Amino acid sequence: MARLIKTEKEVEGRYEETWVVVEEDVLDQWPAGPLTVVGQAVERKDGLERARGEAPYTADLKLPGMLHAAVLRSPHARANVKRLDLEPARRSLGVRAVVGPGDVHVLTDEPRYPGQPVAAVAADTFRQAREAVKLIEVEWEELEPLLDPDEAVARGELVEEPRRFERGDLERGLAKADVVVEAEYRTQTLLHNCMETHQSICRWHGDRKLDVFISTQFIWGVRERLADQLGLDPDDVRVVCEFMGGGFGSKNGPGDYTYIGAELAKRTGRPVKCALTRREESLATGNRNATIQRLVAGAKADGTLTALGGEYVNAVGWSGFSPMTGGPMQYLYACDNVRVVEHGARLNAPPNAAFRAPGFVEGTFGLECLLDELAARLDLDPLELRRRNHLDADPEGRSYSSKNLMECYRLAEEHWARRDTVRARSEGSWQRGVGLASQVWFGGGGPPSYAWVRVGADGRAVVVTAMQDIGTGTRTAMAQIAAEELGLPLDRVEVALGDSARGPYASISAGSSTLPSMGPAVRSAAADAARQILELAAQRFDKEQRVLSLKDEHVVASDGGSWPLGSVCELLGDGQVLGKGARGPNPTGMRVLTFGVQVAEVAVDVETGEVRVERVAAIHDVGRIVNPLGARSQVEGGIVQAIGHTLSEERLLDPETGTVLTQTLDAYRMPTIADVPEIVAEFVDVPDQHLTNLGSKGLGEPPIIPTAAAIANAIRDATGADVRSLPVTREELLRALREARERVGAVPA
Amino acid sequence: MGATLLETLRGELGLSGTKIACGEGHCGACTVLLDGVPVLSCITLVHTVGEREVTTIEGLREHPLVRSFVRADALQCGFCTPGQIVSAAALVGAVPEPSREEIRHHMAGNICRCGAYPRIEEAILTWRD
Ligand code: FES
Ligand code: FES
Repeated sequence: MARLIKTEKEVEGRYEETWVVVEEDVLDQWPAGPLTVVGQAVERKDGLERARGEAPYTADLKLPGMLHAAVLRSPHARANVKRLDLEPARRSLGVRAVVGPGDVHVLTDEPRYPGQPVAAVAADTFRQAREAVKLIEVEWEELEPLLDPDEAVARGELVEEPRRFERGDLERGLAKADVVVEAEYRTQTLLHNCMETHQSICRWHGDRKLDVFISTQFIWGVRERLADQLGLDPDDVRVVCEFMGGGFGSKNGPGDYTYIGAELAKRTGRPVKCALTRREESLATGNRNATIQRLVAGAKADGTLTALGGEYVNAVGWSGFSPMTGGPMQYLYACDNVRVVEHGARLNAPPNAAFRAPGFVEGTFGLECLLDELAARLDLDPLELRRRNHLDADPEGRSYSSKNLMECYRLAEEHWARRDTVRARSEGSWQRGVGLASQVWFGGGGPPSYAWVRVGADGRAVVVTAMQDIGTGTRTAMAQIAAEELGLPLDRVEVALGDSARGPYASISAGSSTLPSMGPAVRSAAADAARQILELAAQRFDKEQRVLSLKDEHVVASDGGSWPLGSVCELLGDGQVLGKGARGPNPTGMRVLTFGVQVAEVAVDVETGEVRVERVAAIHDVGRIVNPLGARSQVEGGIVQAIGHTLSEERLLDPETGTVLTQTLDAYRMPTIADVPEIVAEFVDVPDQHLTNLGSKGLGEPPIIPTAAAIANAIRDATGADVRSLPVTREELLRALREARERVGAVPA
Repeated sequence: MGATLLETLRGELGLSGTKIACGEGHCGACTVLLDGVPVLSCITLVHTVGEREVTTIEGLREHPLVRSFVRADALQCGFCTPGQIVSAAALVGAVPEPSREEIRHHMAGNICRCGAYPRIEEAILTWRD
């Protein structure tokens, strides 16, 4: 039954209280542990298609008569257009339409960040469009950009009101402490750099119906936003994304390119593809914003935390949102006195966008490094310090839907115990050490989300829902869940997703919410289909329905008897069994969080400042694991990205002009296969009893959160150096080593 | 400027298995083989190919590496994967049992933003299983 309830919805760490229509979640959870299909390691359902180069990504689509767009983007961080002449572009070879400021709401003659779109061209080929863009004449009035985040905060240039969180009294907590540590941490701006650049194709049918093929993480959201902006009926906007080449949080909306493409398509009456180049991708598709974190922690001699304080500056960019960089400080430890303030600085720099656990990745680096600096001062084991301050109950009065962080710590012991052997392998200038860091994040998902399951006379099932698979193995996990419920082998279940015209509303693939939001809906749709099949079987075989169940492609009666599923399904003829399912509500008054801990081993060359990560062990608590093979890949991928975040990646701005210096993949250095350490992935794998009929939380983000701090703490363990700024370049490491030596030198004998 | 090999493959010939991710020789997504030797098709002008045989992922669909990539879960979004497989095919063509070091050396030009590297290494180590 559909009910109207008030529930909390969390996306990327932001909570909203809203009224939602939900259907009751009547199914009991499956027993814990691996089942017949769910919990088994299975290959990706679309693996072959992707590996063979057959999967049609947006980048591969060609529609009849399709034109290509190129965009003129501001080369300046802050400027006004004094004169703009689009005529030379209009006259250029192959050009079909040119638009400028005033024609599309995202085009401006007052750009406030480098890469902001000013004008655009549609032509027969991309080369022609790009050549025409070069012919556009612009006279710029350059203005001085605001680039310093601290200055922006001082001047009140903010993208939103500062977020403040307070529990207890920080000053009193500090007064009670035996030891106080204070430090400033900095993290850099990072680029998503999805391999498939942001792009879409817009095609109009008349002037009221629009098809959009787009590389996106949120089919339904793109539909909503476009309909809203273009004044269309949402049902007249069809959004399609069958395969997409990575998003990591940056593809949650239509993007400027889709609005531009829609207008050019309208003007030309032809489909228009607007695909960003790698250089545009580095400018205008969002980023993980840089942060400055001024932190303080106080503790008793036994390690009990008495105070935690954080003043955070998020260098957001011209627009975007101020992430919860103080979230880990708020959620991770038992401490009576906590104060967090987050400022979102508005700068003349490209806007940020959600990037795999925004805020928490940056904030965990600061907090977990600070904890280890505290452990060093207290001469306490870092793992012991974390256990001592474990938060057993949520201090804001909610209970946890499930929390197995202590179990994560227990599983980490074995990796932590390698410390002495690792250190003993230090040799000459190469020093080795081990560090750890804890993880907390959201990842519970929420309603609404819907799925249908269709079973035909051939006894095969198709899951239909307008969700997207962003590369996380969603198709496979959904098929596993439906197969489990229907008693089918995995190859008898297909998943039809990726098209808003085909299936019901599906939630965003962001915030580690795909599995916890969609999985329960798919299960309840499959259960609805199973119930109907059993209704038919009860009549066909003259049994009471309550004794029947589906297992191994058979209808099985508990009081004896078993019939092949086909013998029921074949009766359908052209008929179909249609199951429908919805995501039930989140448990009221409970906090749904994911937890984990990672242990990193590093080797540091104290002469050159080179750092090698040799091993990372990751233990995460995300409820039930649906596909252990895919889950391991998520963990490994998160850690690989995190190693890039920690050691090599940085988007650099020219400090004078604010232009982006790192627009190519040789300048912006992402990890290669040669940079990958041994990675061990472990899971607590206990279903969250309070969360949905599935008990699974999301895993997309947790693995990227603690890695940087674990590496930095391992560097401290190896060398005594306090690394406080990312990336850990050789300069930063040599600076920290020098400081450590001076500190030792300053200690009276 | 003349057309690149990549433009010809994806555009004129409609072979979209070869991907473009940077277009300037920095990522390996567009890797194809010329007489068995891996090249970046986005920075190879098509007129320079001459008589050499071009092998794209379309020509390697039955290569055991395709199965081993899926088996080892060596792909996530899959956008870099055709390029990875083409590079790997050149490697195992020359060295049928590559060591981890050889794999890391040979494959370092193929970027995978999803970070499937540990699985890619595994897939290449076990390609004949
Ligand atoms: S697309 Fe050719 S190297 Fe990146
Ligand atoms: S699988 Fe996504 S980039 Fe490699």
